[in-house]
Amino acid sequence: METTDIGLWGVPLALLGGAIRVSTPFIFVSLGEAITERSGRINLGLEGTLVFGAMSAYAVAVITGSPWLGLVAAALAGLCFGLFHGWICKFPKVNDIAIGIALMLFGSGLAFFFGKPFIQPSAPDLPAIPFGAWSNIPQVQAALNVNVLFLIGAALAVFLWWAFRNTRVGLIVRVVGDSADAARAMGLNPNTVRLLATGVGGALAGIGGAYLSLYYPGSWTERISSGQGLMAVALVIFARWNPLGCFAAALLFGGAGALGPALQSVGVTQGYYLFYAAPYILTLIIMIATSSPSRTLAGAPGELSITK
Amino acid sequence: MSGTHRKAIGVETIGMTMRFGAFTALDDVSIKVPAGSFHALLGENGAGKSTLVKCMMGFYHPTSGDMLVDGRQVAIASPRDASALGLGMVYQHFTLVPSLTGAENLVISREKVPGVIDWRKERGELAQFMERMPFKLPLDVKVAELAAGEKQKLEIIKQLYLGRNFLVLDEPTSVLTPGEAQEVLGLVRGMTKAGDLTALMISHKFHEVTAFADDITVLRKGRLTGTGKVSDLSHREMAAMMIGDQPIAALDSRAAPKPDAEIVLKVKALKAPDRTGLKSIDIADLGVRSGEIVGIAGISGNGQKEFLEVLAGQRPRNGGEVMVRGSAYAATRAEARALNVRLIPEEPLKNACAPRMTVAENIAFRTFDIDGSGKPVSWISAGAIKSFSARLVEQFKVKTASLSSPIASLSGGNVQRAVLARELTGEVDLLIVSNPCFGLDFSAVAEIRARIMKARNAGAAVLLMSEDLDELLELSDRILVMSDGSLVYETPIAQASVQTIGEHMAGHH
Repeated sequence: METTDIGLWGVPLALLGGAIRVSTPFIFVSLGEAITERSGRINLGLEGTLVFGAMSAYAVAVITGSPWLGLVAAALAGLCFGLFHGWICKFPKVNDIAIGIALMLFGSGLAFFFGKPFIQPSAPDLPAIPFGAWSNIPQVQAALNVNVLFLIGAALAVFLWWAFRNTRVGLIVRVVGDSADAARAMGLNPNTVRLLATGVGGALAGIGGAYLSLYYPGSWTERISSGQGLMAVALVIFARWNPLGCFAAALLFGGAGALGPALQSVGVTQGYYLFYAAPYILTLIIMIATSSPSRTLAGAPGELSITK
Repeated sequence: MSGTHRKAIGVETIGMTMRFGAFTALDDVSIKVPAGSFHALLGENGAGKSTLVKCMMGFYHPTSGDMLVDGRQVAIASPRDASALGLGMVYQHFTLVPSLTGAENLVISREKVPGVIDWRKERGELAQFMERMPFKLPLDVKVAELAAGEKQKLEIIKQLYLGRNFLVLDEPTSVLTPGEAQEVLGLVRGMTKAGDLTALMISHKFHEVTAFADDITVLRKGRLTGTGKVSDLSHREMAAMMIGDQPIAALDSRAAPKPDAEIVLKVKALKAPDRTGLKSIDIADLGVRSGEIVGIAGISGNGQKEFLEVLAGQRPRNGGEVMVRGSAYAATRAEARALNVRLIPEEPLKNACAPRMTVAENIAFRTFDIDGSGKPVSWISAGAIKSFSARLVEQFKVKTASLSSPIASLSGGNVQRAVLARELTGEVDLLIVSNPCFGLDFSAVAEIRARIMKARNAGAAVLLMSEDLDELLELSDRILVMSDGSLVYETPIAQASVQTIGEHMAGHH
């Protein structure tokens, strides 16, 4: 590929492209976590689910040759992890955060164990749509080469935002997340609703993992996730449990993650490693800015163990 | 939704009995609530009122006994059966979902909700339904933003919206201002008179019963001890049916106040953030003299809790000063001990106890680390804690299985007695009390109030925060009203009027 020098324009362009590319797993994990947290439970295990989803997607794609079957496998694996978390948490005196941490380590460990034979072979990628085909500048083409999962994630964010207000299921999830007593008075079983919400959340996190191994970076290694699953939890809080906010926040994190490579690509040779840390610094800043010792978060579901 | 305009229904129980193992919670209780009447169910905590209504609503399956609805025998196996028959219940604590709007709350509580909700159609139907209601409510606002009175009205509307025409109201006014209580009960009264509704209200407040109810039924220890028309009964007769012949602690007569007594507690320009962090409380000037009880009235959520937390040292303040007998007070253990400041917060089990530690340990919290002469000890004597607590348990009549039971296993009244024992023993110069009698029964209430009055007469300055106006009127020398984070009104007890205090509580001035 011949490179055209477009100077400093490369930075915002690379940021845009990077935001789209890097944000997709954030979008899925945070939307999944948003569903789970809206139902009144926190699943910190999504990091492990993500890694296991990445492994199972890659493995199935290698074996069957179809990235879509890999995606389905990742979603199913995520669903199982979510249901497992939801099932354990229904027992009295079980702390959802502790179980989440346990499942995070369990998921990663299990993925490394089963994933060993799949580090070498290469799997087919998920398809992308070249929205930049009109341009003959390769950087533009690269930035606008958008994976279908990103588009699905965007549509899903809008759908969830609509569904939380306009569907029975959406209202039920909000009722359970805000007041278990009210839910019981309506004849709903909070544990069942939360079980399903955690399951769906896990499935979405699994899809986020599939994106990692089947598109970007596009291979299975043990270092495939750099904490996306954990940061997505922070992101949900930052987004005030609003799916559209999750989408926007995921883009922001994606852009921050692309800062280092973008600077590197225009020839900044010193200190760009610092910018690789941008998403983590952003996480810290957001957590500090939105925390307060004396006030509860506005918009937080009332049943969350962190807001109770 | 429920387009048909159903009429009120009458409900009867015949020989309701409910046993839990060897314990009989309800013993052969028959009550009759005719269609379109307003019936009050009176009784102390544990008298069986809630057991009775839970049997009627299908939450419990009575051991024996029958239910009649409109004269026909019915079987109610679950709350669902009850609601199908048009029986509904309004709980003491709101069952609305705070982050949903009124309209969302109404629609989602329906038996059948379509998968996708057509809000335009629903809003139209809700508007039509609201036109039939005797009052207006904003349905597009989140429930969390409604005032307590509005929430209570929405609870009632929800029941009617669900087509329920027999309502059990479980202490419906416990969280309302006097004005709101009047309004809500007046509306219910109006609807029963019009024949649209039958109401069965669980209540502790005699004046509400007298003003609004037609008939009463009184329960004591699971048995029916009286019934009759409200117009034929005096408060004294009702009280006698409720508590029987057990002795009630009498309030000490009030020692004459000394207007020039020392000002023990002085609060000046105190500012602190409230729990949302969005508003702040602001106490401009408050003084409490030795030998007086200053009552602070207010609807919950107007900053009383935060004020108490500042005084207790649980909440940081942004500015201003708190002085106790002339020295600055930051609520450290050393200061509290030196200045004889004692605290009885609300919900004592949660705020004044370590629930899983023993009764003896909890009672000794203030004194376990000092010896008889007030010097710190380095070796704590379990024996001394035990004997100290044993004496106090005896003196304050705390009923406990043993001194080494966890305090959480005691009943609410006995937890409060244990806390009182700890706080009122020794010299008390300043006593800060919040909602001391919430949820306690008649005899415990009388005893606790008597103890507070005794402390006052012994020269303590008492700051009493309470949501129960009757309690304030009974105990205080002066009443102040807290609204929106500041003290907005003050009246000596002799000139106090419920009407005016209520208006200030509601912020109408």
